[in-house]
Amino acid sequence: MNFSKWLRVSWPVVPILASLIFTTVLLLGFGANPIESFQAMIEGSFGDRSKTLSVLAFWIPMLLASTGLLVTFTAGLWNIGVEGQIIMGAVAASWVALKVTAPSPLLIGMEILAAMAGGGLWAAIVGVLKTRGRVHEIFGGLALNNLAIILTNYLISGPWQPPEGGTFRGTQPFQEAALLPRFAESRFSPISLVFVIIAFGLVLLSLSGTYWGLKLKALGKNPRSAFFLGVSSERETILAMLFCGALAGIAGAVRVLSWFDSLRQSISGGIGYLALLVVMLAMFRIFWVPIIAFFFSAVLNGSITLQLRTQLHSSLGGILTGVMVLFVLLFGNLNALRRKRTEENVEIVDEQR
Amino acid sequence: MNNAELIIIFSSIILQASPLIIAVCGETITERSGVINLSLDGTMLMAAMTGFVVALKSNNVWVGFLSAAVVGMVFALIIAFGSIRLKQNQVAIGFVLTLLGDDLSSFLGQNFTRIPGPFIKKLAIPVLKDIPILGPLFFDQNLVVYFALILVVFTWWFMFRTRPGLQLRAAGERPAAAFSRGVGVNRVRYLYTILGGALVGIAGASYSLNIKLGWSDGHTRGLGWIALAIVIFGGWSPIRGAFGAILFGATKSLATVLQRRYPEVSVVAFNSIPWIMMIAVLLLVSSQFTDWLISVMPRRLQRPLHQLLKVSPPMALGTIFEED
Repeated sequence: MNFSKWLRVSWPVVPILASLIFTTVLLLGFGANPIESFQAMIEGSFGDRSKTLSVLAFWIPMLLASTGLLVTFTAGLWNIGVEGQIIMGAVAASWVALKVTAPSPLLIGMEILAAMAGGGLWAAIVGVLKTRGRVHEIFGGLALNNLAIILTNYLISGPWQPPEGGTFRGTQPFQEAALLPRFAESRFSPISLVFVIIAFGLVLLSLSGTYWGLKLKALGKNPRSAFFLGVSSERETILAMLFCGALAGIAGAVRVLSWFDSLRQSISGGIGYLALLVVMLAMFRIFWVPIIAFFFSAVLNGSITLQLRTQLHSSLGGILTGVMVLFVLLFGNLNALRRKRTEENVEIVDEQR
Repeated sequence: MNNAELIIIFSSIILQASPLIIAVCGETITERSGVINLSLDGTMLMAAMTGFVVALKSNNVWVGFLSAAVVGMVFALIIAFGSIRLKQNQVAIGFVLTLLGDDLSSFLGQNFTRIPGPFIKKLAIPVLKDIPILGPLFFDQNLVVYFALILVVFTWWFMFRTRPGLQLRAAGERPAAAFSRGVGVNRVRYLYTILGGALVGIAGASYSLNIKLGWSDGHTRGLGWIALAIVIFGGWSPIRGAFGAILFGATKSLATVLQRRYPEVSVVAFNSIPWIMMIAVLLLVSSQFTDWLISVMPRRLQRPLHQLLKVSPPMALGTIFEED
């Protein structure tokens, strides 16, 4: 297979090129100038300081969720419920922000803890549904994502609606003390960067250097033999889910406390699903995760500017990243395929070539 | 509530359930052959959008349905090619296609949102429609509903009563044994993944051209996932799956009725019903609690209850088969 060799040499140019070609065709189909459009996207993400800070501010919660997903993916879990865990983190943080009065550092600490509990709870339900109810985490997670969205809409239009009447758009802005201190009137909060560095370091350490990380790997690679080695699949599954849920919860808190200043209708902005794509595109290599998440954040922010400027739907950013991930999933691992085949049956591989 | 009202409600339930029935039949065929097409939600969105736009442009609903089927086949082909030929993770590919289909449908359909277009007309079947109760329920509908109902029976007959159906199930249960008996396992899997995809595409278009007319951003979002859950609840049988689809269709009608009766309860409470039910039905068919419940029943009831409640997936579902 010369194609895969060629692919390896030119990595990661080919998937980027593939997605650029695909989106160019789409843009041409809509009568838009592709070069101008991509220019608008780049300007939208790095055109001036405030735009770059927006990319940073969008990147942080996505990276928090991606970091959590590294743990669940290691344990072999498809935590699609991460989206709902982000939303529940946001809801829990908003609850504290709306109902509690305290000095700012204390209040923020309580908000973060509540967010971790909210995200963790939503994740633990998925975990228990899997271990006790044998409901696959994809379905449990998906149902809980939708329930979290419905709960948010209920809160916004009901108990937490602003005093001047519900608009279905969001709660009233939180008190100033509840918000994360932001950098130069942007949506970027330096404290959230500290959160993400701690989380990333913690995950890096526990996956590469602890017994727990080893157990998760065993569980992810082969649940049956892990069981015989004395790894409790129920305990590790729920722990991994809790860990990821807590990080996703912090991501939700960062969304309400620094990206917005209130609980909004689509509070997550699809960050959970994007985080799943990030980890898949990184092919579970931890150091690629921040880089890819940053790239995604730039693309998504850029596509919003594209929509403002050209009236083209901002889903173009999602298409760009989606095609890239699809391409990598289809062709990125062909080397491994070839290796496996060669080991198993040399002659047939040779014949086929 | 009198009988006439009940009949109207039940016939609307069957109408509401018809696209789900078609999608569930399609995915059941695919999964019975051993392949998971997880992209249903994205496929249905793309198919709903394409079906509507093509029907609008050509002014012909059937061309719309055809184009939707082609969209479904393309998505299914990517899954089949990725998992069978390239031997990559079909769940991952399906998930990415779900998101991609969602975004693509938003982008491609952006100029066609909230505009009126063609749709399917009612087509009562003479004589049969005059049968009391059954007539208005099953024979006073439109072609999509008739197609869905015939499809259920045909799929069941095909899977369990014909030789190609046996080969289809063998590819999903015991591919190695099937292969040694001369069944081209991967060829079978390609065929039924693509065929199932075509049905999923038709299901998507049945929303935009029959039930939820037109196109809007995220028009059918979530329904693909519900269809996937019904396949499990249906125990990979088209008849039981159709029953599940009707159950979900009923919740939709039930919510409308309840909402009219109790306007003080928030709308959002009713929106949560399908998702709570999704978890509940999956728990019912697979949890250890059900096992326990069956084990404490009188012995005579245990076997029939087990057959009624428990399901088990095709043994080789989601696995890769190496023909060499």
